[in-house]
Amino acid sequence: MEGNSEIRPVCPLPIAQYPHVVLAHGGGGSLMHQLIESVFARRFSNPALDQRHDGALLELDGVRLAFTTDSYVVRPLFFPGGDIGTLAIYGTVNDLAMCGARPHWLSAGFIIEEGLPMETLERVATSMAQAAAETGVQLVTGDTKVVEKGKGDGLFVNTAGIGIVRHGVRLCPRMVLPGDAVLLSGDVGRHGMAIMSVREGLEFESRIVSDCAPVADAALALVDAGIEVHCMRDLTRGGLASALNEIASTASVEIRIEEASVPVSEPVRGACEILGFDPLYVANEGRFVAFASARDADRALEIVRQSPQGGGACLIGQVAGAHRGIVTLRSRIGTNRILDMLSGEQLPRIC
Amino acid sequence: MFGFVKLLRPKAELRRAADLTFGGSSATFRAAMKFIDEYRDGAIVRRIADVISSITTRPWTIMEICGGQTHAIVRFGLDELLPEDITLVHGPGCPVCVTPVEMIDKAIELARRPGFILCSFGDMLRVPGSRTDLLSTKAAGGDVRMVYSPLDAVRIARENPERQVVFFAVGFETTAPPNAVAVQCAKREGLKNFTMLVSHVLVPPAIEAILSAPQNRVQGFLAAGHVCTVMGYHEYEPIARRYHVPIVVTGFEPVDILQGILMCVRQLESGRCEVENQYARSVHRAGNQPAQTLLKEVFSVVDRAWRGIGLIPRSGFALSEEYAAFDAERRFELECITAAESAECMSGLVLQGVKKPVECPAFGTRCTPEHPLGATMVSSEGACAAYYRYRPWKGTQK
Repeated sequence: MEGNSEIRPVCPLPIAQYPHVVLAHGGGGSLMHQLIESVFARRFSNPALDQRHDGALLELDGVRLAFTTDSYVVRPLFFPGGDIGTLAIYGTVNDLAMCGARPHWLSAGFIIEEGLPMETLERVATSMAQAAAETGVQLVTGDTKVVEKGKGDGLFVNTAGIGIVRHGVRLCPRMVLPGDAVLLSGDVGRHGMAIMSVREGLEFESRIVSDCAPVADAALALVDAGIEVHCMRDLTRGGLASALNEIASTASVEIRIEEASVPVSEPVRGACEILGFDPLYVANEGRFVAFASARDADRALEIVRQSPQGGGACLIGQVAGAHRGIVTLRSRIGTNRILDMLSGEQLPRIC
Repeated sequence: MFGFVKLLRPKAELRRAADLTFGGSSATFRAAMKFIDEYRDGAIVRRIADVISSITTRPWTIMEICGGQTHAIVRFGLDELLPEDITLVHGPGCPVCVTPVEMIDKAIELARRPGFILCSFGDMLRVPGSRTDLLSTKAAGGDVRMVYSPLDAVRIARENPERQVVFFAVGFETTAPPNAVAVQCAKREGLKNFTMLVSHVLVPPAIEAILSAPQNRVQGFLAAGHVCTVMGYHEYEPIARRYHVPIVVTGFEPVDILQGILMCVRQLESGRCEVENQYARSVHRAGNQPAQTLLKEVFSVVDRAWRGIGLIPRSGFALSEEYAAFDAERRFELECITAAESAECMSGLVLQGVKKPVECPAFGTRCTPEHPLGATMVSSEGACAAYYRYRPWKGTQK
C-alpha cells in the first residue's frame, strides 16, 4: 500500500445532479420526491396539490370530491395474484378510499405497443371490468393510443378516479397528531417480491402471491364506524417505510415503529434475505396504514380485521411529539434506528 | 452474502454453484430462513453483550472486515450494546466501495459502445466513476443490464450472438467462484461474444496492508464468514502470528457478530493472537476445496488498486492466461482515464478504519446517498451509507 504515512483521501467527485431522468427517479424514494418537488410541485402549486395527499380533495357546490390518477407500467403484465388491469382499478380505488371517499367513476387510458396480442388486451380489459364491478366503480371514459413497436413495453395503463368524500370526514397527513396509533392492514412486501419472482425468474421455494386488492371497504368501515381517523395511506412503491416517511415529513412528527409488530410472511422474509432487501421498503398493492386517535386504536383494529383484506391487521407503533419529520424503528433486539427513505429502488446486493 | 447463488439457473447449474460455495450441501439454502431468527434473538444478544462488558478491562479497537457485518452492526445498533472501551471500526470489505474508479470508467466506456451489453449487479449502477455512473449511462442510451447471477450474462450472450456481452465481475473471494463457473460455461459453449471485466479483490492482503500502515489502530479482526466459507482460514494464521492480532472468523447475524467480538476481546484480554472460528456452521479451516481448485484454474493473483486505499500487491484476481480470450480488458482497447478525486471525502480513511464516517466534515451535509462524495456512501454496505441511513445524527455534522 502506498502513502500510508500521510492522510491521502481519495474519492470520486460527486454527481451533483442527474442531467437525465434515471430509473431511480421512479423508485418511490427520495430521488422521486426530489423530482416531483423540483419539477412539478413548484410549477403547479395550488391549495389542493399542496396537501400532498394520495388524491386531491375538492369542494364543488357543497359536495366534497376526491380526485386522483395513477399510471401502471408493471412488467410482466400478468403476475401471481393479479395483472396490470386489476392493479389499475384497485390502485386508483384505494387512493380515493385513502381520502375517505367512496370511489364512483374511473377513466382509463391505454398506451398499447404495436404487436400486443389482442387476446392479452382482452384479458386485461376483462380483469378491469371484474375489478370495477367488485369495487362498485364504473369506467366512464377512456382513451386509446397505439405506439410503434419498441416505443412502449407492451401495455401502459392510466386510470383516474373521482369519489365522493364521506360527510364530515377530513383525512390528510397534516391532521396526524402526536399520540396517534399507527395501524397497518396486513403483512408487507408481497407485491414487490411476487413481481421479482416472475420478472427475474427467481426460483423461491414457496410461490409468493401479490397482495393486490381493494382496501376501500376496510378503510371506509373505519370512517363509517366513527373512529377518529386522521390520515390513511395505501402502501405502494417504496413500501411501508416510504409511506411513513412521507407522512412524518408532511405532518412534522416522529413516527415510532416496533419492528416486531410489522407482519412479514415467511416466504417474503426469505426472499428478501436472499436478495439483501428490507421488506419494509418492498412494494405493496393491497395494504394501508391508518393513523387513529389512541383511544380508538383497539376498536379500529377490530374493524379492519373484520374486513376481507384486513385479517392480518396490526398496531405497529405511534406518533411521538417531536417536531421532526422522521421515522424511527425499535428493532427486535431493542435498539433504535432511523427508518429513512431510500433514494431509489432497492438494488440487489453483490454479495 | 450468498444470495445470488440461489438464483442461478438452470437448477443443475444452481446446485453446482451452491456446492462450490457451501461445500456440497444443497440443504443449506433450504434451511436458511430457519437459522435466522435464532441469531437475532434479543435476549441472547444482550446476554453476550453483558459478558463482553464484564470481561473488558481496557480499551480495544476491533475491525469487522466485511461490509455485510458493518451493515448489520449499524442496522441492529449492536455497537450501542457494547461497553465504551470497545471501538468497532469498519473495514474495506465492501466490493462496491473498493472497486477502483478506473474500472468503473472502463465499464461505462464499454456500456457506451454500440453493439455492447454491459451486465452488472444492481448496486454497482450508482457508484460514480470519474464523471458519471452506470445508471446515467443507461439513461443516456447505453445498454446496461442489471443481473442477479453471472450466468444471466452468459444467457444474454447466448441469446444475442451479434452483440458483445461484458459482465462486470467485482467482489471478494465469495463472488469469485460463481463468476469462474460463468466463464467456464462460456468457454465450454464456445461463446465468442462473452467477456468479463474483472476487478476481484482478496481479503488477506488488505488485512496485511491495514496492519502494516503506520497509522493503524486496529488490534483485532472479525474476518468475513462467507469469504472464509470459500477460502478457509488457514491463510489468516501467519498474519495473526506476524502482527500479533487475534482474528475471529465471524458470521453476519447479531448473535454471530457479538459472539465474534466476545471471542476477540477474550483473546485480547488474555494476550492471545489466534485465528478462531465463530462461524463454524458454515466455515471449515480448509474451506471449500472444489471452489478453490476452480479459482486457481480460472484466475491468477495480481496486484490491484483499491479505491480509497491505493495499490495493494497481490490483492486481486484477474483471468488466467487460459481464459485470456474472455478478459474484456485484453480483448477491447480501453482508454486509460485518470480520475479526479474529491479532496473533501475521506472514504479511504474510513475504509482503513482510521476514521469513522461521522468524523468526516462532509458526512450528511455535502455527502448523502443521493449525492455521494464517496463510494462508501453509495453502496448499501458502505460504512457511510449505513451510518447515514440508521443513525439519528443525520443532517448534522456529528
